[in-house]
Amino acid sequence: METTLETIPSAAAEINHALEAQEKTQFLRQMLRIRRFEQAALKQYQTSGQIGGFLHLCIGQESVAVGTMSLCGDDDHIITGYRNHGHALAAGMSMNECMAELFGKATGCSKGKGGSMHFFAPDKNFWGGHGIVAGQTPLGLGLAFALKYKGIKGCCLCYLGDGAVNQGVYQASLNLASLWSLPVIYVIENNQYSMGTSQERSSAYRDCLAARAEAYDIEWDRFNGEDIYEVRAKTLPAILRAREESRPTVLEIATYRYYGHSVSDANAKKYRSPEEIEKYRKLHDPIQLWQRRLLDEGVLTAEQAEELDAAATAEAAESVRFAQESPLPEKADIFADVYCEVDRQTAAGRTGKFFFND
Amino acid sequence: MPVITYRKALNDALAEELARDENVFIIGEEVAQYNGAYKVTEGLWQRFGDKRVLDTPITEAAFIGLSVGASMLGLRPVVELMFWSFAYVAYDQIVNNAGCIRYMSGGQINLPLVIRGPANGGTNVGATHSHTPESILANNPGVKVVCPATAYDAKGLMKTAIRDNDPVFVMENTLLYGETWEVPEEEYLIPLGVADVKREGSDISLVAHGRAVITSLQAADILAHEHNIRAEVVDLRSIRPLDEETLLRSVRKTHRAVLVDENKPFCAVSAQIATTIQEKAFDDLDAPVLRVCTLDAPAIYSPPLEKIQLPTPERIVGKVLSIA
Ligand SMILES: Cc1ncc(C[n+]2csc(CCOP(=O)(O)OP(=O)(O)O)c2C)c(N)n1
Ligand SMILES: [Mg+2]
Repeated sequence: METTLETIPSAAAEINHALEAQEKTQFLRQMLRIRRFEQAALKQYQTSGQIGGFLHLCIGQESVAVGTMSLCGDDDHIITGYRNHGHALAAGMSMNECMAELFGKATGCSKGKGGSMHFFAPDKNFWGGHGIVAGQTPLGLGLAFALKYKGIKGCCLCYLGDGAVNQGVYQASLNLASLWSLPVIYVIENNQYSMGTSQERSSAYRDCLAARAEAYDIEWDRFNGEDIYEVRAKTLPAILRAREESRPTVLEIATYRYYGHSVSDANAKKYRSPEEIEKYRKLHDPIQLWQRRLLDEGVLTAEQAEELDAAATAEAAESVRFAQESPLPEKADIFADVYCEVDRQTAAGRTGKFFFND
Repeated sequence: MPVITYRKALNDALAEELARDENVFIIGEEVAQYNGAYKVTEGLWQRFGDKRVLDTPITEAAFIGLSVGASMLGLRPVVELMFWSFAYVAYDQIVNNAGCIRYMSGGQINLPLVIRGPANGGTNVGATHSHTPESILANNPGVKVVCPATAYDAKGLMKTAIRDNDPVFVMENTLLYGETWEVPEEEYLIPLGVADVKREGSDISLVAHGRAVITSLQAADILAHEHNIRAEVVDLRSIRPLDEETLLRSVRKTHRAVLVDENKPFCAVSAQIATTIQEKAFDDLDAPVLRVCTLDAPAIYSPPLEKIQLPTPERIVGKVLSIA
């Protein structure tokens, strides 16, 4: 990963060249919102005692979700793993519903039922938030299948980690994606580690992880994720290939997470050196790089950048307040949302016994 | 007697068996260099090296299948599942292969394999990470299932499981890893299929396994202090094989039973226990057999709600008072 801020060909790519100043600013705003949201969540996790379970932060990786999803239209769909806060916010979910979910409140995006790993917003084409490693990969395939079936010219962006690529179900999905020509794009967010295991210790490969796609006759690309221009320029061909030719693509995007695997990762600084983490924070931070770019281009003043950041911080603080003041689910809510037919009180939902409580 | 954690008891069991038998090896995600996601395998890689303690990629179906295959040739794999919930991506290897190969080969093959890891709710990790598959796995003749509730039981059962010549699935509990109990220094084994009466009583039997035993003991305390009811707590320890004798002896003594189970109620372990009691001790009963299970829905995330989704001492007390 080399920093190539000066001038990269991607900046001149048509998709980037055509950007309005306001759109460029919007990318910065989105990345800042993700980071400030997660920092607020981390603080609440550590101090409030109201957030339980796991908390997987994507701090350091914000440009991947923001950059790739900036190309999505109304018929494009998103699905990802448990490190999903960035994708959720980039998909247009509000900080309030996300923070309330972390607090297990009834106002959360999943009514407090899913937690950090299981955010959902189908109204925003965001299909989760999945806790089982690679469990989302055939689902992404299914979303793509449904698009093709319905004759909709859209695609599915399915995100997974560098560790998830070794699950059999992902390999099986690649085969089907190619065999049946489905408009799915697998985005490998390669942050070099799966928990405490480096890529070298978990994967056998020639060239890179995405190159495995070749064996399935699938187009692939691999690039640096720290720069939004690069991410957009290299993701666009995959999206067009999906929409226009209904063909899959595998993209491997180099990125880095600054924090541990999850907040409870006791070894976060053991399997990688503090120097390595520091190097990425200092030289490869996607938010700093993008901000500098916008300053250089004269799109933004330093003052305006600070205002954006302050607004994101304030919005995150407000989401904490919203979450704290929101009600918990009721005990009876435990049994809602299990069966659609029961929830809707249809005849099917009233026939036979569904729940077996003592 | 030394007082050690449930985690340490498991760690000691693994270390002792690794040292005793060179065919024993540990395999799983983050078990070696990371010392285990829950630190159960701490120090083992350092002590026994790469050959005996192996980190795997995230690929449960492959490394469990590999372990079944290796056990065919006489190795004794001890597989760690970071969560038993992840067994579901390896279900074919566990049920079709580990569970059926001996039978389908007419007894020519045996599979000395252990799969272990936590299988519990109560830690707010959501529905995908909170399964308690002891009931569905024990449904398969050919496999054995144990659920230790204390450090003492964890160590003794784990050592026996590793020496057993059939597939044994050990279901631990993340909420118990840090709890402490007395564990003797000298070596001991606990046979599979032997229940343990954790508290003697004459008025009612509370039958449980895993952490539900601890919840039942708390309920028994409340019953004794506030209601003058002496509850006996029977810890099944082993789900399959099952110690019917101890269970029935207790029910014949107390004439009443409440079954406490962190499984969801439908076809839960407690459903099997209820059947056993009514088939074999019907005439000894003075009241219907009742159950306290996990409330029947996928595990809810919301921390305060998940707390009441699992069996609580209060729910057990309420159930007992309704028949005692
Ligand atoms: C089937 C399954 N196995 C193991 C886990 C535990 N686990 C959760 S995330 C993870 C590491 C995944 O790493 P990677 O795919 O690189 O994604 P990253 O966490 O780096 O975003 C592991 C082992 C799980 N959730 N599901
Ligand atoms: Mg990774």
